[in-house]
Amino acid sequence: MTTQISRRTTPRINVWDLLARFREVGIIVFILLLGAVVTLRAPSFLTVNNFRDILMNISILAIVALGQTIVILTKGIDLSVSSMIGLVAMMVGFVMRQYPETPIFLIVLLGMALGTIAGSFNSIIITFGKVPPIIATLGTLSVYRGLVFFYSGGTWVNSFELPQSIKMLSKGRLFGVPNLILIALFISIIVYLFLKFTRTGRNIYAVGSNVEAAEYAGIRPQRIIFLVYLISGLLSGIGAVLWVSRFESAQTNTALGFELQTVTAAVIGGVSISGGVGTVTGVVLGAILLGIIQNALTLVRISPFWQLAAQGLLILIAVVLDKVIYTRVARN
Amino acid sequence: MTVETINKNQQENIISDRQARKSFFSIFLKWEWLLFVLILLVIFINTRLSPFFLNAINLSRTSSDFMEIGLMMLPMVLIIVTGNIDLSVASNMGMSASLMGLMHNMGINIWLAALAGLTLGTLGGVLNGYLVAYVKLPSLVVTLGTFAFFRGIAFGFLGDQAARNYPSQFTFIGQGRVFDTLIPFSVVLFIALALIFGLVLHRTIIGRQLYAIGNNEPAAKYSGVPVEKIKFILFIVSGFISALAGLVLAARFGSTRPDNGTGLELAVITAAVLGGLDINGGKGSMYGATLALVLIGLLRFGMGLLNIQSQVQSMVIGLLLIVSILVPHIGQQIRFLKQVKFRWQSILMTVGLLVVFTAFFIFFFWSRAPIIAQF
Repeated sequence: MTTQISRRTTPRINVWDLLARFREVGIIVFILLLGAVVTLRAPSFLTVNNFRDILMNISILAIVALGQTIVILTKGIDLSVSSMIGLVAMMVGFVMRQYPETPIFLIVLLGMALGTIAGSFNSIIITFGKVPPIIATLGTLSVYRGLVFFYSGGTWVNSFELPQSIKMLSKGRLFGVPNLILIALFISIIVYLFLKFTRTGRNIYAVGSNVEAAEYAGIRPQRIIFLVYLISGLLSGIGAVLWVSRFESAQTNTALGFELQTVTAAVIGGVSISGGVGTVTGVVLGAILLGIIQNALTLVRISPFWQLAAQGLLILIAVVLDKVIYTRVARN
Repeated sequence: MTVETINKNQQENIISDRQARKSFFSIFLKWEWLLFVLILLVIFINTRLSPFFLNAINLSRTSSDFMEIGLMMLPMVLIIVTGNIDLSVASNMGMSASLMGLMHNMGINIWLAALAGLTLGTLGGVLNGYLVAYVKLPSLVVTLGTFAFFRGIAFGFLGDQAARNYPSQFTFIGQGRVFDTLIPFSVVLFIALALIFGLVLHRTIIGRQLYAIGNNEPAAKYSGVPVEKIKFILFIVSGFISALAGLVLAARFGSTRPDNGTGLELAVITAAVLGGLDINGGKGSMYGATLALVLIGLLRFGMGLLNIQSQVQSMVIGLLLIVSILVPHIGQQIRFLKQVKFRWQSILMTVGLLVVFTAFFIFFFWSRAPIIAQF
């Protein structure tokens, strides 16, 4: 009798141990389950082309969600990313229309600079003005969107007005892999290394876990928080240039509502909204899960009108599942 | 640092103790009075700018434009006081109004359909409340999920269709006026509910418990406040009121589309926070939130009369939101800066940022000008 019990319990503990060590296992299991179900219904899901599509669709989301993650790690939130993307995309689009000969790396640099400046407005309001991040970025969400209208006067930049160079930025291929995916991968690796192996990266986690303890340890929290919104702006700037490149247009409603998607990707990826917890791998997986859900719903031929509901439901399930697994792990 | 903060806290306590008899003017420093002054200022400026501003018919029409936001703001105030947030309100109103529209299209009695919509909205609130209160997920995460879920169900119900031709008894909720006066029915509804919610928040034990939860949830729990139950009920009420707001919106438009009210959640939160609510909970009042709603309404109405684009209007509201929180802190910041010794790094940084921002705006207008000139 006793042996039976021990035989039952031993592997269980190992599973929970494993789960505790790799927080991302939950989401991987969810992705695999979803993939298996979808493949049964639609075999075309498991093709290279389909996966390339999925990755193309989530690349920009992954980049911006990484910026969002860094912000959420410090207990903040950046709701203004979508408007920053809209503003930078419009400004970059206007410059490209006027000066089509501009080398592409200058355009990327311009996008990064503009994004960083937009982010630094957030930083100043939050660190010097002591405004709660959610309020500050809620305000700048509408301010930047208003600036987009003010800037463009309600006009937009069309595909035929943009030069070939910017279109090729995301659509060119290296060894058969679209540049966009490679850029997203490259940025993910850099953010991973930054968060894991640099002093500033570790300080971000420290500030998010316990501001006071971090301060006693000699970290200046205000500096870290200032930096965090700069990074979010920088990544949004890169996202904006890629957005212009991928969709070949800059409109006044570019990326409208995108901010909640980035938060969703981060949260599904296991980033705790109360700060200090979260990994790059998790967020990238979260973005991939969102992409797979979107793609799978189309392949399984769910009516497009019900897709948003199914997406929302799956997000809820993923979050609840993650919570259940986490509490079980914590109990063990 | 600790010693300093403790001293500072003590000082602040002493100051706040004295404040009761300190000066007559201190009551005017309350946020609500500032909002009141701002409202008077907006009315004054607008009457100067447009002769149509103080027109009773105009004011009556425009006031009903803000009643959906106002209705959803009432439970939102209570939720924010407890330190939570409900991002799903606008999606919930879309969902319940869509169900009502769908049933109306199928030929079911409008009041039965409205009842079904209200039930569905309340059920949505139950889902939110259960996940927040009993599964103990953060409310931001839960309502972010239901934000997509509810809106998705709205699209599922109606798709690309719209519901129209509501009977006039129903559209009375949104368009009608009480007893042939100029006061819209929805305004009366809002005032009645605002009174109830305000009384609950400021004059009952439950209201005090809400503040207790917002200030320190574990402490509130240990002192016997039924935290889970209160949160659960709050989200259910929020769901019900959102559904009601959805019906009012449908009645005012005389039609329902699944994307009704998209983005209103941010307007609701803006109104609540501008009213002096602390987003971290435990602070704020119903008067403030209501005054902020009136302020936003008058501002938008005035700008609308001056033919200003709606996006630029949102920009002004956004700026107002930031400035409203920034201003009370500026005094503190200046005091703080005086204590800090002169440091060349900070001067360098300030100068650097100023240069960067100037460059940004020069670039902004330079890159914009030639294209605008074409038109």
